[in-house]
Amino acid sequence: MPDITLDHISKTYNKNTLLALDDISFDVKKGELFGLIGPDGAGKTSLFRILTTLLLPDKGFATVSGFDVVKNYKSIRGIIGYMPGKFSLYQDLTVEENLNFFATVFKTTVEKNHDLIRDIYVQIEPFKKRRAGQLSGGMKQKLALCCALIHKPEVLFLDEPTTGVDAVSRREFWEMLKSLQKENITILVSTAYMDEATLCDRIGLIQSGKMLSVDTPENVLKAYPENLFAIKSKNVHKLLTDLRNFENTLQCYASGEYLHLSFKTENENSQNEVVVFLKEKGHDEIEMKMCKPSIEDCFIRLLAS
Amino acid sequence: MIETVIKTENLTKRFGDFVAVDAISFEVYRGEIFGFLGANGAGKTTAMRMLSGLSKPTSGKAIVAGLDVFTQPEEIKKNIGYMSQRFSLYEDLTVIENIKFFGGIYGLSDKQIKQKSDELIEQLQFQNEIKKLVHDIPLGWKQKLALSVAILHEPKVVFLDEPTGGVDPATRKQFWEMIYQTADKGITVFVTTHYLDEAEYCNRISIMVDGRIDALGTPRELKEKFSATSMDEVFYKLARGAKRSDN
Repeated sequence: MPDITLDHISKTYNKNTLLALDDISFDVKKGELFGLIGPDGAGKTSLFRILTTLLLPDKGFATVSGFDVVKNYKSIRGIIGYMPGKFSLYQDLTVEENLNFFATVFKTTVEKNHDLIRDIYVQIEPFKKRRAGQLSGGMKQKLALCCALIHKPEVLFLDEPTTGVDAVSRREFWEMLKSLQKENITILVSTAYMDEATLCDRIGLIQSGKMLSVDTPENVLKAYPENLFAIKSKNVHKLLTDLRNFENTLQCYASGEYLHLSFKTENENSQNEVVVFLKEKGHDEIEMKMCKPSIEDCFIRLLAS
Repeated sequence: MIETVIKTENLTKRFGDFVAVDAISFEVYRGEIFGFLGANGAGKTTAMRMLSGLSKPTSGKAIVAGLDVFTQPEEIKKNIGYMSQRFSLYEDLTVIENIKFFGGIYGLSDKQIKQKSDELIEQLQFQNEIKKLVHDIPLGWKQKLALSVAILHEPKVVFLDEPTGGVDPATRKQFWEMIYQTADKGITVFVTTHYLDEAEYCNRISIMVDGRIDALGTPRELKEKFSATSMDEVFYKLARGAKRSDN
């Protein structure tokens, strides 16, 4: 059963001149971990603000736990947890005070829902007398998550919770999300890190207010339309320039140690042709192999089509 | 011949009892893309501040662009470029005003600034944007402009502190192409990032843990050494053992 539904949602700003969300429709199922993947300015935050009843859409309908985001906004506010992208707790209250404050606002107590936050809270408990403003980035993130969970919400909205957080903390954060999922909490999380996409049940790739694709990470990867090749030579920068000028190149871009290359039309000679072309251009130590696309490759491919 | 652009020997910075950077020794070469990684709190920023002449080391040695960080910090500042995601350009100045301003700061003559800005605008294809406020141009363009401005004075080394956050993958790739171009010109690129897949674009990488450099090598060497398939895994294996962290 869908827990979040969006039906042709559009939003403009600046007297209709700036289109932030363009006809967005998708569902999130009960207990699902759904990732909204896209760069800054894609429309992720506008979408969160509409679903958390902080912003009215121009067009379309949306529901959260069966409630309409416009008509039943009050019902929604009591049953969701929202962690905005910008740190929004009270900087001049301590860790403990923030937690108590949010519990009180939602007419509950920290004790009542302590089970849900225990694993996360133990990590910040040594600093419970510290003001929130004095915490490091990783600790702020954990406190914000605790505050968003303190009333045991049915749906959790996390807007770029891992931006600017190092790789170890990011991984721990995703482990926390996985365990929250076991409590049957529906989670909508956004991120600009493509590698986090594979940790979600389903993902929506979003760019410039448009949904490029909504599916499981596996299916998004499978839908990559061409064969993808990893290629390198001694001078990667020259290789890139030369491959861009090769007539059968569809896309070519840097990807770590190698470049990624796809062909406009591929046959059994395509690989040989490109190697011959590169040798003529004076490249040494050419290495080419077929590779599996990543979510990032899929995103780039979708942007081009 | 390989030219060394950064060389440190037991470079250390203490704040009271706290050893922020603990006797790090490494070399970075001309035209190299060097990835400087570490968890939050590992000491990356402190090390970078020492190398850019902003913070005086407690002990050890460091030479940057042929200059001593202990005795010639002001000279170092003139011979390096610096760009970070947080601060690089003035949002309330136009594109061309930013170029002129930074050109002036880096001590270029009016004639040089004119020539450099023409080149840069041509190269970035910014002809229609030069009179726009930086505030109003897309983030990806800002990042490209910021890097161009940071190397306007043709420094020996440019420090990029988490330069690529928040842009779409295609734009991020374009930025890395610019980094390749920069290195091709012979400018050493010293870069920190939270995107571990980006570490694979670097010629060599160091990983800091608790103030020390615990690993240094090419991405391929490090993956082999730690029996890992990705840099993410290498990083995790090293950094999860950190005593000190931001958490």
